[in-house]
Amino acid sequence: MTAIDTTPPLPAEPGPVPEPFAARTKGMSIGPQAWAWIGVTPFFVFALMFLLIPTLYLVIGAFQDADGNFTLGNLGDLFTPTILAAYWISIKVSVASAVLGALIGFFLAYSVVLGGLPAWLRPTLMTFSGVASNFAGLPLAFAFLATLGRTGLVTVLLRDLLGFNLYSTGFNLLSFWGLTLTYLYFQIPLMVLILTPALDGLKKEWREASEILGASTKQYWTMVALPVLFPSVMGATLLLFANSFGAIATAYALTGSSLNIVTILLYAQIRGDVLHNQNLGYALALGMILITGVSNGTYIWLRGRAERWMR
Amino acid sequence: MPFLEISDVRKQFGPNVVVKGFDLAIEQGEFVSFLGPSGCGKTTVLRMVAGFENPTAGRILIDGKDVTTLRPNQRNVGMVFQAYALFPNMTVADNVAFGLKVAKRPAEEVKARVDEMLNMIKLPQLATRYPYQCSGGQQQRVALARALAHKPKVLLLDEPLSALDAKIRVSLREEIRALQRTLGITTIFVTHDQEEALSVSDRIVVMNEGKADQVGTPFEIYNNPATRFVANFVGTLSVLKGKVVDASSGKIQIGRHEIVASRRMFKGNPGDPCSVALRPEAAVLENGHDHAAAKPNGANGNGVLRNRIGGTVDDVHFLGSVVRIKVKVEDDAISLDTFNNPNTTPPQRGAPVTVSFTPADVLVLEGA
Amino acid sequence: MKQQRLGAWIAFVVGTLYFIVPLIGTFEFSLRLKRGEYSFEAYRVVLTDPKFLASFGYSTLMALITIVIGIVLVVPTAYWIQLRLPKLRPLVEFITLLPLVMPAIIIVFGYLRLYNSSSLIPLTANARSTDLLLAFSYVTLALPYMYRAVETGMRAIDVRTLTEAGEILGASMVTILFKVIFPNVRVAILSGAFLTFATVIGEFTMASLLNRPAFGPYLQLIGANRAYEPSALAIIAFLVTWACMGLINVFGQARQPKRA
Repeated sequence: MTAIDTTPPLPAEPGPVPEPFAARTKGMSIGPQAWAWIGVTPFFVFALMFLLIPTLYLVIGAFQDADGNFTLGNLGDLFTPTILAAYWISIKVSVASAVLGALIGFFLAYSVVLGGLPAWLRPTLMTFSGVASNFAGLPLAFAFLATLGRTGLVTVLLRDLLGFNLYSTGFNLLSFWGLTLTYLYFQIPLMVLILTPALDGLKKEWREASEILGASTKQYWTMVALPVLFPSVMGATLLLFANSFGAIATAYALTGSSLNIVTILLYAQIRGDVLHNQNLGYALALGMILITGVSNGTYIWLRGRAERWMR
Repeated sequence: MPFLEISDVRKQFGPNVVVKGFDLAIEQGEFVSFLGPSGCGKTTVLRMVAGFENPTAGRILIDGKDVTTLRPNQRNVGMVFQAYALFPNMTVADNVAFGLKVAKRPAEEVKARVDEMLNMIKLPQLATRYPYQCSGGQQQRVALARALAHKPKVLLLDEPLSALDAKIRVSLREEIRALQRTLGITTIFVTHDQEEALSVSDRIVVMNEGKADQVGTPFEIYNNPATRFVANFVGTLSVLKGKVVDASSGKIQIGRHEIVASRRMFKGNPGDPCSVALRPEAAVLENGHDHAAAKPNGANGNGVLRNRIGGTVDDVHFLGSVVRIKVKVEDDAISLDTFNNPNTTPPQRGAPVTVSFTPADVLVLEGA
Repeated sequence: MKQQRLGAWIAFVVGTLYFIVPLIGTFEFSLRLKRGEYSFEAYRVVLTDPKFLASFGYSTLMALITIVIGIVLVVPTAYWIQLRLPKLRPLVEFITLLPLVMPAIIIVFGYLRLYNSSSLIPLTANARSTDLLLAFSYVTLALPYMYRAVETGMRAIDVRTLTEAGEILGASMVTILFKVIFPNVRVAILSGAFLTFATVIGEFTMASLLNRPAFGPYLQLIGANRAYEPSALAIIAFLVTWACMGLINVFGQARQPKRA
């Protein structure tokens, strides 16, 4: 700007509070900034002691043997059949519950946001999703046992009313699919909770603009809406995956040790060193940290992308 | 044969009649503005032309074809939205290409047309940027390019400048008008800003509560408003309370003064209350001290009759090229515009002055 | 449009069925304790079981302690970050996201190794200090939600401007914190508190591995040994969760000023 500027300068961006504040703090002339640092210290100390260091301890431990020397042996031992099988089952259950949860959750969220249903259905669904996404762990396992177990209500009703014997088809609640079905009870609501704001973000004008430019409904969805929603949907699916991968309580109560997922294995290891190698437990943990870390990290990155586009 | 015909269109939402019997014929290449306050129905009419709303009654014809029941994607109409509505997942170039891609035009044709449009809006350098990387003004110009790329028959703009800064609004409206002239495309422009409508339109439709109060050129609308609403909405107006003295000779009593009005006289009986309205540029300030002895019909040098009313200067607003002086007259105030003159100081607050205007400048409106 | 509406209804009804049927099933199952008739016998057994009261009480107490520690950690931090240390915000956000990234079992595994009897800070040495460790692990679990709730609440009330307004009027920092900031983020704190409560009550992994008599392990015990009581417990757990969420909503609506 080369023009002669005679207007008074604008007030500067609100920065730290000016000096008089320091004078008012009882006697000690510690600057306001110092108070802030003191104020946040407990938080950082806590985070260090109860988040960062324990994790680091496990990670380092994974690379040590029983005497404390550096070794990659633990990582190698992860590749034994039992452990690999455990990881594989965990991944399968997680993928199944994440993808199904994402699909069903998407359609459910779509139905209340864009589906033209009565407006009061939406807050009801949201509240219920909030409750259901927290209703996990043991009570959930009990609930499904009571419903789809051998003497569960639905099993009995199907047999008595429709003559359909659920268990003779080979279905068993205490199995891979039974667990997946149970997990969906908190995965679907989680997807609904995450996706609803994203669907809200689909501006009505985009639909209209695409229509007036000649696009059909299908073209709108394939060229505009789904690409715009992709980061949110993908990110939420990854969150669901990690959520499922790290879950244990429901599985413990439902399938116990008959379905050997990683968390059950780790639990057993912590309780009683079933692997006869302390440090192998660390390696198990490291594997878990890596998988959930990458999954959640990607979710967070995708969320950031989605928010940036919407600005 | 008019190019775009909106024929006796009515729109009702439940018990709410939002548009009442709207009729308009627009010629090919005309730039028509719909002007009015929020809720007057202007956007609803536009959306009916676009196809986003279906009229409860009436027809819409484009180039002789009845489009009333057609979906928006079958009408070959272009639209620019207030909130730009650029697709956030596509670059500027892809946005502009959208309409052509949807119509499955060959790739080289699409590329050539996109380049042409981006050059037309003078933003070829933005081709690979994403909407969130562009400013509001740039986004709106891209939206314009996108709307025009597939060569629509009609261009619709729904308050396209409302979301932009004042300076950009002025330059962009001129750009839009210039582009429209070059392409010769029939255009409807919806706005609530009367200065905008006045400056770019061939004709303006002033709307109020679902119907068109007046249709005319900017000159007609401003100088010969058909209703009190139009007079008030378009431009500034000073309104004084008065009483009819004699309808045939045009005499009106304002406080202790008597003035003569030569047009827009509503037929009133002596003693009926009325409103005398005056445009600020019509009133002229004369330094005078004897407002007590009002001389309404003093002739000036050219022999033209002028009305004169005495008053006191209430406030002076220096607006740059225009100086707006508020003069207290009887119980009301007259706003008076004069051009800035560096050699003359504006009058002081409280100074006694005389305001004069010709009988033809006066608008007489019914009621107080 | 019609077929779209039909599809939406189908999706909604199917979803609703999937969510309601297990609840009905559980409730029905819980009434079956007495052979041949429906009764609330299972509930009576559960609610009069001294172990139930003991473990529920223990978990409630732990929840309250967790909430207090959580508030003490989170509120001042959120305040100071907003007001004076905005550059630290990404770091704090990363920290509060860690518990979401890492499963609970990993976290408590780390504690067991780091703070057991043979380490520098032997927190598992006796019952009381293990309780403290459990509380800390619960705080870690609840941290993301607590922080997010409080931070959103603070952002909504524009902490910086309120602080400056308070100062211009002559208030000291302590006064501002307690008389101005806290009351205005009360709702956000409450919402974080209820979420924490719901999380802690149902928590199993950490309590089980740290060997504390919480409600989670109690549930597991009942589940392994009894047939009908677990369903009764599941219904009770669901009602508690529902109540917590409901209260969050109630408090959330009550204080929401209508936007102009």
